Amino acid sequence: MAATTATAGRGLLRFITCGSVDDGKSTLLGRLLYDAGTVPDDQLAALARDSRRLHADAGDALDFALLTDGLDAEREQGITIDVAWRYFHTARRSFIVADCPGHEQYTRNMATGASNAELAVVLVDARKGLLPQTRRHTYICALLGIRQVVLAVNKMDLVDCDRASFEAIAAEYRELAQSLGIAEVQCLPVVAPDGDNVGSRSSRMPWYAGPSLLELLESADAAPLRAGDFRMPVQWVNRPDQSFRGYAGTICGGRVAKGDEVIVQPGVQRARIECIVTADGELDSAGAGQAVTLCLDREIDVSRGDVIADALRPAPVADQFACHLLWLGDAALLPNRTYWLKLGTRTVNARVMSIKHKVDVNSQAKLAARQLLLNEVGYCTLGLDDEIAFEAYADNRTLGGFILIDRQSNATVACGMLDFALGRSANVHWQHVDIDKGVRASSKGQQPLCLWFTGLSGAGKSTVANLVERRLHALGCHTYLLDGDNVRHGINRDLGFTPQDRVENIRRIAEVAHLMVDAGLIVLVSAISPYRSERRSARELFAAAEFMEVFVDAPLEECERRDPKGLYRKARAGAIRNFTGIDAPYERPEAPEIHLLSGAQRAEQLAEQVVARVLATLDGGTDD
Amino acid sequence: MARIDGARYAPRKSLGFLSHMSTDNTPTHSHLDDLEAESIHIFREVAASFRHPVMLYSIGKDSSVLLHLLRKAFYPARPPLPLLHVDTTWKFREMIAFRERVAAEGDVQVLVHINQDGVRQGISPLTHGATVHTDIMKTQALKQALDRHGFDAAIGGARRDEEKSRAKERVFSFRNAQHRWDPKRQRPEFWHTFNTRIRQGESVRVFPLSNWTEMDVWLYIRREAIPVVPLYFAAPRPVVARDGALIMVDDERFTLREGEAVEMRQVRFRTLGCYPLTGAVESSADTLDKIIAEMADSRSSERQGRVIDHDPAASMERKKQEGYF
Repeated sequence: MAATTATAGRGLLRFITCGSVDDGKSTLLGRLLYDAGTVPDDQLAALARDSRRLHADAGDALDFALLTDGLDAEREQGITIDVAWRYFHTARRSFIVADCPGHEQYTRNMATGASNAELAVVLVDARKGLLPQTRRHTYICALLGIRQVVLAVNKMDLVDCDRASFEAIAAEYRELAQSLGIAEVQCLPVVAPDGDNVGSRSSRMPWYAGPSLLELLESADAAPLRAGDFRMPVQWVNRPDQSFRGYAGTICGGRVAKGDEVIVQPGVQRARIECIVTADGELDSAGAGQAVTLCLDREIDVSRGDVIADALRPAPVADQFACHLLWLGDAALLPNRTYWLKLGTRTVNARVMSIKHKVDVNSQAKLAARQLLLNEVGYCTLGLDDEIAFEAYADNRTLGGFILIDRQSNATVACGMLDFALGRSANVHWQHVDIDKGVRASSKGQQPLCLWFTGLSGAGKSTVANLVERRLHALGCHTYLLDGDNVRHGINRDLGFTPQDRVENIRRIAEVAHLMVDAGLIVLVSAISPYRSERRSARELFAAAEFMEVFVDAPLEECERRDPKGLYRKARAGAIRNFTGIDAPYERPEAPEIHLLSGAQRAEQLAEQVVARVLATLDGGTDD
Repeated sequence: MARIDGARYAPRKSLGFLSHMSTDNTPTHSHLDDLEAESIHIFREVAASFRHPVMLYSIGKDSSVLLHLLRKAFYPARPPLPLLHVDTTWKFREMIAFRERVAAEGDVQVLVHINQDGVRQGISPLTHGATVHTDIMKTQALKQALDRHGFDAAIGGARRDEEKSRAKERVFSFRNAQHRWDPKRQRPEFWHTFNTRIRQGESVRVFPLSNWTEMDVWLYIRREAIPVVPLYFAAPRPVVARDGALIMVDDERFTLREGEAVEMRQVRFRTLGCYPLTGAVESSADTLDKIIAEMADSRSSERQGRVIDHDPAASMERKKQEGYF
């Protein structure tokens, strides 16, 4: 059987279809499935039924788009919201096609489809030519690494199958694709509902002598990025008992053979491949795309997230990068906020240090930007809290592509494509010093500590922190009070109150507090610090016992009633914008070490609670 | 040291299948090899990322393939996660016997959950209808089992080629604490870099066979010699023609309606579920080769035999939102 041989022996082509709304993309794909003979009779019957119900005036014509729009909302609105995956085969090969939505608001879903594709079919309407969406889709395809595009100029029947119209659109598109680095472009004229040049050549357009869409897809180069040097991110350490230790993963570049010398990155330990284990027996060698288990000839430390690489040609290692980011979050990207970055099997903390520019995805113009909104693309510098082994995305999608995950909501908020490492990270090293935190702390006879007071403006943070410092000072402790307002006159004088500036404000305060703790001091930070994410990042700078979050909890009405600086009045009058509690959010701590109910007790009593906890901690801490 | 001297791990007999290897011991990279590697990658990602994963085991052909891939993914270790069968008490007897054989192999734990509330209420597909039965004995039962064991990731054998709303689902499909799927707010999913982060009480459903077709499943079963329930092969079986479907009379609970008669016909099943809800097809395909040949000629889709799917269009989407697998 044709079907049997196709699926058993031929390579797989993963491609996407994309194009503007109403260009007939779903119809084209439905027609392609129909022409390939892969729509079963019962689905055809349902299609005929649905076509008649939704298009009472169209007689018995089939609406092929209904084959691919799967969600209720999509059928109601007649648009594609999310990627639909379809599977078909011909006598020559098997296909996985991702039908991608055209609306700008669903760009993230289109990128989802494009990330695993080797080829894109881009549709345009012959009457309209290239639209901003065509440019956007082509840009996203190029961004996600697709290097082959088929341009299908649809609805040719509505321009009388005119050759000149087709040629003009094709020429304009080739120019666009070339400017975006898409190496291979094939253009063809089609009439999707009738199948002209879809499954077979069209008799209406004898001037077109090229292959049909199906023929093009059958002959396209499907080879994914399998060249390059050997790389395998470790997914799982396989250790059933004392006698076996193997490292399981999917090879994402090059080949490896028994006896090869490898390096475990980002470290520098080397070993040789003792064997390549699979459930079907050991292999002499294995290549990209294979899921294997590698055993090494000596015991070295390897864990999930490490990359096993060719020792002679290891992957570059760095912690700062230039990259493209496609922002997917409903909330804007905030530079300097910490997100989780997952690349291959490795997860590390990362922050966007700066947005060099954003890219207008419709015109590819570079624009200045301080933040990125949903579906915007930016060229950014990225800093990680640890080094990783990587490749440029253009060379290796697995080791060059990453996602960012919001640490509060766990949402996938960005996908990114690494470009190159920033030289700085390779050249800036930690300078070793002999006098360390322990030495400095013991000369002061105390355990260093950071007390982080958070709460609304007017909740009493500074008042309580001031009282606590006076008590600790009287007890002979070496302290420093970092007040959020005071800091804004100096180190943070360049920052305002936008979300991105608040993030940077807290990051700097936390870094300064960290230096002071390192110097052996007990540091009291008093700052609204409205975001959980940044308080968490601050906490992570310190050892567990060194950081105590003190939530000075007063109801907003109480703070507004007190209004010691008259700020709430101004905010209510509209004279101050982005004021926490009024038109900017305050995210309450979920598990503070100390929770002070500020309305219920006097400041002295609240300070006493804090001092008692600090002394208990310091006492407990002197034993070790 | 990778291993202690002399301890060689021979491939499991039931897994060893070398005929797709070329003579120089390098695999020919076929379509099935790609799919197999992708699925193994997904299994390993689940085991490495979740605290308490489980594999939903429905005893059908897709579950057989899943189990085979599960074993391969962690070879030579035993699978690091248990199987869970949600038993509606109306499965074919041959399915339950097959499940017991799998459990007896001993390398993987098989958990069985029955919704005892439903049993007490006497829920039956014959008296309560397909929709009520499926909701209480499958959807609700599954949620009970996941909550009871605190599973944070449930692996299932659903494929995107089965049904239109499945065609839109991610490989790692997020569920809120109420097990609901929100098709309009799915997490974008890039490459094979899956976001496995969830909060307490939330979970994911994971579909390693997302990119497999029904044909791929059969070709793989043949290539790897994977055991499947004999009901997939044609044989003379007692059936009743009811509501346009051929229903097999599998036990005494099945009562005939006026005018119905049991007759022996040469039939097989393309999917397996609760026997009163699963239509047989007339067929002479009693070997894997014949099944594959029959499928290549087939002009009807796999789930056609499922009574539960014949609600208004897109009903699967609604069931999935409510927590159906």
